[in-house]
Order: sequence, then C-alpha cells, then structure tokens
Amino acid sequence: MNTTDTCNALVASLSDYVDGTLDPSLCIELEQHLQSCQKCRIVVNTLRKTIELYHEPTSSEALPQDVRARLFLRLNLEDYLKKEV
Amino acid sequence: MINETEKAAFSMEALRGGDREEFARFVETYSTQVYRLGLKMLNDPQDAEDMLQETFIKAFKALPTFEGRSSLSTWLYRIAINEALMTLRKRRPNQVSVDEGVETVEGEIEPREILDWCCLPEREMLSVESRKFMNEAIQQLSPALRAVFVLRDIEGLSIKETADTLNLSETAVKTRLLRARLRLRELLTVYYGERVVESKRA
Repeated sequence: MNTTDTCNALVASLSDYVDGTLDPSLCIELEQHLQSCQKCRIVVNTLRKTIELYHEPTSSEALPQDVRARLFLRLNLEDYLKKEV
Repeated sequence: MINETEKAAFSMEALRGGDREEFARFVETYSTQVYRLGLKMLNDPQDAEDMLQETFIKAFKALPTFEGRSSLSTWLYRIAINEALMTLRKRRPNQVSVDEGVETVEGEIEPREILDWCCLPEREMLSVESRKFMNEAIQQLSPALRAVFVLRDIEGLSIKETADTLNLSETAVKTRLLRARLRLRELLTVYYGERVVESKRA
C-alpha cells in the first residue's frame, strides 16, 4: 500500500481518534503513520482545532432577555418571569 | 453538559400534572440550550425563537405522557430537533429528511485542503467575523449531518445521547459525525488558510 492509500484508509478512524475512542490496535497503527506523514498530521491537528473552536461556548448565544420574556408570555408563565434575573 | 442540569432534579409528578411553577423551572433550565440549538440549526434568530416557543408548547402538552424511557433532557432535545428539522423542511420542501442522502460513496471524505492554520492567534479565530463564517459553514451541511454535529460537538451530548435523540444507531451517528467534522475542517481550512497566507505576506 502506498502512502496515499494508507492516508485514505485511516481517514475513517480520525473521528474516533480525536475523541479518544479508537480501538487500541488501530490507534497504534494510526500513530505510527502520523510520525511519517505530515499531511495526516496537519489533518488531525486542524480537525481537532475545528472541533475545539465549535465547542467554545459564546456568551452572545445566551438567551436574550426579550426572547426569554416573550417565551414566558407565550407559555402563560409571566408570573414567574420576575423571579429570576 | 446535560447531566449537570439533570441534577437539578424535577418532580416528574408535578411536571406531568401540569404544575406551572415546576414547568417554569423546567423552561428556565433548558431554554438557553434549546434556543442555541435553534440558532445553530437554523442560523436565523426569528426562526430560532419560533422553534423555542413551539418546543416548550409541545413539551407542555406531551409531559403527561412522558414515560421516562429516556432522560428528560434527551426527550426535550428530540422535540426541539424535530421542530428545527420541520422548519428546514418548510424552507426547502422535498429536501429534508434525517435519513436521506448521507451514506454516499467512499472517497468523498478524503481530505483535500492541507494547510496548518492552528498557529493563527486566538483572537483571529474567535473574532466576530470568524464566528459568523463558522455558523454559515454549519448551514452547508445537510440537515442530517448538521443535527448530529450540533448535538454532539456543540451541545456536547454523548454519542449515545445523540443517537437516542435522533432515533439513530450509534454507528450511524459516528458515520455522520465523521463526515460533518471533515467537511467543516475543509471549509475552515479554506477560510483560515487565507488568513495564514495574508499574515505571512504582511
């Protein structure tokens, strides 16, 4: 198998690999390949970074006060609206 | 993430019986997550708000029949994600199904864009503009892949919880997750790659 074939065969394992749930024997195989393949190292690093960036919670996505107020109103829960900030 | 909120245990008896105070507490606990799910799935604040309201209206009606076979949060996520998928279906009829068009030919997932952009400064990666691009990139995923990615990687559900929420096997969730992640990696590499090139030129 040439390098490109190895890379392509290992792509299917990458998601489990970055989650740390890859089967140990496959994991060894993948890590051996990574030592000699810069292309796959870049793919693994940027894949990890992609997941990490999306996982960062952003404060702008907290429930806005007006959205919260309209939700409580729609559910006839306006009595409970004042209780919390 | 959801397991922590789950500890704020609810009285199921009160919720099933339509107790308003307990329901208000339930809404308080989960509304931020449901709204965020809506924003990520729909990328439109008005649609996300409509979906948020519909989700809790349906949950209130369905609570008396909640059997507890899944956790309360998984059950609520299921209602929410179905609302989101229904909204997407209305936007583009005949196109949206959680089951369709995912398992395509091998080879499609092979990485094409190879450029290391991990060295970019954090502020660049977390800028408002970058965030906007990242949200738009999610919209390029099919609804089937998007649902899996948002639940697992943004909301932080486990593979099993994601599978339960979407009524899929864990294997199907993993396959879709792999495709979604690799697709987003490609899109982000194109976007951040340009910034790496720019910063080297400067």
